[in-house]
Amino acid sequence: MRRVVVTGIGATTPLGGDVATSWSALLAGQSGISHLSQEWVERYEIPVTFAGQAKVAADQSLTPQEAKRLDPSSQFALISAREAWKDAGEPEVAPERLAVDFATGIGGVWTLLDAFDTLKERGPRRVLPMTVPMLMPNGPAAAIGMDLGARAGVRTAVSACASGNESIANALQRIQLGQADVVVAGGAEAAIHPLPIAAFAAMHALSKRNDEPQRASRPYDVDRDGFVMGEGAGALVLEEYEHAKARGAKIYCELVGGAVTSDAYHITAPDPEGSGAARAVLAALEQAGASVTDVEHVNAHATSTPVGDIAEYTAIKRVFGDHTDSLLVSATKSATGHLLGGAGAIEAIFTILALKEQTVPPTINLDNQDPAIPLHVPVKPTKLSRPDAIAISNSFGFGGHNAVLAFRNI
Amino acid sequence: MALSQAEVLAGLAELVNDETGIATDAVQMDKSFTDDLDIDSISMMTIVVNAEDKFGVKIPDEEVKNLITVADAVNFIVGAQA
Repeated sequence: MRRVVVTGIGATTPLGGDVATSWSALLAGQSGISHLSQEWVERYEIPVTFAGQAKVAADQSLTPQEAKRLDPSSQFALISAREAWKDAGEPEVAPERLAVDFATGIGGVWTLLDAFDTLKERGPRRVLPMTVPMLMPNGPAAAIGMDLGARAGVRTAVSACASGNESIANALQRIQLGQADVVVAGGAEAAIHPLPIAAFAAMHALSKRNDEPQRASRPYDVDRDGFVMGEGAGALVLEEYEHAKARGAKIYCELVGGAVTSDAYHITAPDPEGSGAARAVLAALEQAGASVTDVEHVNAHATSTPVGDIAEYTAIKRVFGDHTDSLLVSATKSATGHLLGGAGAIEAIFTILALKEQTVPPTINLDNQDPAIPLHVPVKPTKLSRPDAIAISNSFGFGGHNAVLAFRNI
Repeated sequence: MALSQAEVLAGLAELVNDETGIATDAVQMDKSFTDDLDIDSISMMTIVVNAEDKFGVKIPDEEVKNLITVADAVNFIVGAQA
């Protein structure tokens, strides 16, 4: 079986405009959540007035023409992919051996809704001719593919908040099957728009802690009341191991497993038994040829919803049994908010860096841990003790999607 | 008040620059939008609609295919203002 390693990472998140800034802010226990000062918050009386806005606006690193022709989700995607590509040393690879697997949960929602406003206010002739390519969910992947000249296939997994992990799992498989030697994989989201906020709020999925935005995302805390929407993107350069070695690439770690399952239980609620999530973890470990006791770190999905956090704990307990107490669990959405289709990608990066630096990032706002979730969740950066151990990153999405990645140092 | 040919050219060059990033002084009367300036059909439609707003004229869709050079567009807009 062809092995797959990570040779480049890139991100733009609510904590920073690149990986280094985001990671150091995460380790420092900072929050990327802030008040929304946009005029539409008052105009539409949006019930949730805060979010994890990208720390660095996308148009700061793109040309005006690039920005004009790309939905914000594609802008974030391109920024993260360029950073990852540069970080990987801009590998020389035949275009026919270079692929893209890049996700979004919602797609070009800003473009779609702006265009509808234009149609209503100014008529069909004023609808931008670029509207369709900007709103399509494969837009971020296509933008990256064009930028890097990837001709082995450009693909988008759409599985709500599991999309980022599913794209990375698809990329792993693509290299294992010999369909590509290098894949740029990850996910992006830019949905901090009044409609998605109103819609998520309507289903009571969002925290309404308007007076304390930085304390609103609090996975595992007894006072958690919903997730906080975030925006941004993360990208990995995944590479066949021999290909990376041959060019003397810097290797972060190996992607040893990427598994996808589905609940077939409820369109939004997690299966309370956690069986689908548990099967995804086990399948990822099976691909790695590892057992549950080989795992030391879990970057949890942990969105800070009352029901979701418990369901994930149930799944973890179901898989790991007595070994659960030995796991160091991080809920990094406490700092970044929930990037939806971008979540898996930035959390994969945090997992990779935790392995590399043998330090798990803190979970913030955990003032009073829910006794129903007795996981070991460090609130300060904490050292790992087994450099050869596996770290996993979980993502679950509306639709009953479960996608789990497993990484190991090489 | 109708704009002169030179004024329309300058205004059109700004629209082209805004949409594509092409320098305004590269937008000259004898240049072809597609062959010389490498402007694709989607950008061309955006420029046409923006030109309608800027110059207060109507440029029918069936006319756009006749606008091969910058001069074609400038002359059409100058004529349409009258």
